[in-house]
Amino acid sequence: MISTLGHFVLFLALGMSLYAAGAAVYGARAGREDWLASSRNAILVNLCLVTLAMFLLEYALITSDFSIRYVANTSTRGSLTRYKIAGLWGSLEGSILLWAWLQSLFSALVVARYSDRHQAVMPYVQAVLQGICAFFLLVMTFAANPFAPSFPVPPDGRGLNPLLEVTDMLVHPLLLYLGYVGLSVPFAFAMAALITGRLSEEWVKNTRRWTIVAWLFLTGGIFYGGWWSYRTLGWGGYWAWDPVENASFMPWLTATAFIHSVMIQERKRMLKVWNLVLITLTFSLVIFGTFLTRSGILGSVHAFAEGPVGMVFLGFLALVLLFSLGLIAYRADRLKGHGELDSVVSRESAFLLNNVVLIGICFTVFLGTIFPLLTEAIRGTKISVGMPYFNRVSVPLGMALLLLMGIGPLIAWGRASLNNLRRNFLKPMVAAAAGAALLWVLGVRQAEALLAFFCCFFVIGTIALEFWTSTRTRAAATGEGFLQAFAALLLRTRRRYGGLIVHLGVVIAIIGIAVSSIYKVEHEVTLKPKERMEIGPYTVQFNDLQAGERPTHILVWANLTVLKGNTTLTELHPGQRFYPNQQSPFATVDARYHWSEDLYAILSTFERDGSSATIKVMINPMMAWIWIGGGVILLGVLVAVLPERRLAMLTVRAKTQPA
Amino acid sequence: MKGRRLKYVIAGGIVLAALAGLVYSGAKESMVYFYTPSEIREKTDAVRGKALRVGGMVEEGSIRWEPQQVLLTFVLTDGQNSVPVRHKGTAPDLFKEGAGAVVEGTWAPEGYLRSSTIMAKHSEEYKAPKQPETLEGKKALFKSLLPGGKQ
Repeated sequence: MISTLGHFVLFLALGMSLYAAGAAVYGARAGREDWLASSRNAILVNLCLVTLAMFLLEYALITSDFSIRYVANTSTRGSLTRYKIAGLWGSLEGSILLWAWLQSLFSALVVARYSDRHQAVMPYVQAVLQGICAFFLLVMTFAANPFAPSFPVPPDGRGLNPLLEVTDMLVHPLLLYLGYVGLSVPFAFAMAALITGRLSEEWVKNTRRWTIVAWLFLTGGIFYGGWWSYRTLGWGGYWAWDPVENASFMPWLTATAFIHSVMIQERKRMLKVWNLVLITLTFSLVIFGTFLTRSGILGSVHAFAEGPVGMVFLGFLALVLLFSLGLIAYRADRLKGHGELDSVVSRESAFLLNNVVLIGICFTVFLGTIFPLLTEAIRGTKISVGMPYFNRVSVPLGMALLLLMGIGPLIAWGRASLNNLRRNFLKPMVAAAAGAALLWVLGVRQAEALLAFFCCFFVIGTIALEFWTSTRTRAAATGEGFLQAFAALLLRTRRRYGGLIVHLGVVIAIIGIAVSSIYKVEHEVTLKPKERMEIGPYTVQFNDLQAGERPTHILVWANLTVLKGNTTLTELHPGQRFYPNQQSPFATVDARYHWSEDLYAILSTFERDGSSATIKVMINPMMAWIWIGGGVILLGVLVAVLPERRLAMLTVRAKTQPA
Repeated sequence: MKGRRLKYVIAGGIVLAALAGLVYSGAKESMVYFYTPSEIREKTDAVRGKALRVGGMVEEGSIRWEPQQVLLTFVLTDGQNSVPVRHKGTAPDLFKEGAGAVVEGTWAPEGYLRSSTIMAKHSEEYKAPKQPETLEGKKALFKSLLPGGKQ
């Protein structure tokens, strides 16, 4: 029943989005407002239909209707309701439905927000967004139907991989999807600008906030994924340069480049083609990432089962590239930039260089990811490059990026005078050198670490100096107190200072990444009850093994006591979960999380009679700062994008209140 | 105007060259060759000392675990040939006999694969077992560790 209905609704939605796209284009060509209005209505109807389809699938998931194959594959009767709900994005077909829903939701939001103001480009924006939506609906109706019936109906479903039955599953994929779909909006505006030939700065300005928010979701998704992996997967790391991780990282890199280079276009009307290429690249990489995850051509922890869907995505990718690059070529004559670089020592060239480095990183990650495919095509064998390649290549590029992060926001536009350079960079440079020297005196000897710290200190120095001098200047000019002046500055020039806060967050995260990877300590030993091991300043005592019955599994855990000197710091209980129908156990990590360093314990294996346990203990210094950095980035973006009016009201209220 | 363009081209060329160099050296240093056990047997001389990745099935009954040395040994096979593997450390989740695994490491002169990483094959859906197992079945395995189990 639901099976037929659901499939039928998807067909209707597909028809609706094709109609919406067609009506918008025809309406714009023929100048018929009634067709445009009809297209807008169709987008709303489409949203209702896809929403209905999603509710139907959720209903089937929640009520454990195993007559639908997808439900049988992704949930069991015994699953908690929230994991039944999460089953929607637990596997291929459902995740495409979720994607289609977000796509159609975002189309409707764009229509609601922009249609009265940007009448010339909106029809084409609608057409592109609905075209993308139609593609996802097409995939579902013909290749990956989430409502496909199962026969015979199984008594119970197979359920998600137990690794996915955690709360994080409710957050991490959603953040990524929001980021991915969000990035289709600036892409649609860019395409509309190309089609209509309205290639001024309009499309860039219109989509600024969308892009930054989508970027935030993508960043959040990436950080959250790392955090999830670190806390639960039991290998003590957060990033493995896995193909699917790279698939989310590549569009992040190009989107980051885009956010920076559009500032040059807004200010100097330069880089028009470049920005169009960047947003095209970003959207294409999103589709490419989906292709990687869905096709199973590269082995990955995250990969979905193999299937024909991968090739469909590859075809769509080719179409997107052909269409958008074709349009750019077609409009090449109108895309001449207005400005020229005046000097190499200027903000423009710092931003340009930042773009080159970001794209460089993206390109090297891309090469590393598809390396096995390349070598298979050329030499007949799969040769992969592992983490060493990625680390080796990304560390120097990352350092260059860090330095530019310090220089870019403060160097003068046009041509930086010697005075400008001295005023903004001399002190941070000296401070960073002093900081690095201090670390050397304290015993830090690795050149890599010293260089990384130098760069980080330099960026922090420039940001601090900028905040300090501007606040002081404002305080002196207006007679406000220092804190008040600081707050006013943040609110008045939110985009700039929000951006600087984001930079600060990035630097904090990089410090965490650098320190935790350079100074990580790891020990794996087998202990008998009451035996101890030493690691760094800690002593870990293995007390005993215990097992307990949980609703869905058997948990076996080790009781560890952690001592520092003679004082007991904490108890840790790393364990393994044994699920029915699963031959191998899943790790349950336990750790003492602390801002200075995490003490991280994994129960690797044990004897079933409790006579010994093999325990892996790690010290991960400054790990917490990676997540703190992520939080600061979030804060910075919020400062940058919160609606102007609301903040203005706040400041007015603050002013009218007697000090 | 012409001179200016030339300057950009040169600057861009330098940046590209630097990037290419970085990629080349990075890839050269960390290329990992993918072999099957049979290929290892054919080219024993060529693989000695090289970083490699060997994919195959973990042979039934071959896993040995020596807890005191934290040493795992097993045999990786492709049906025709097999290679012994020594791994300092424990196996990852999902690593089991009869299942696929990819081992990264170097070929030791003594004739075994010195593993640095084991990757077990994952998938988000599991194969339906021949005989569905219950929680009770799992419970029986850990009787002595469960409360009241020690007598």
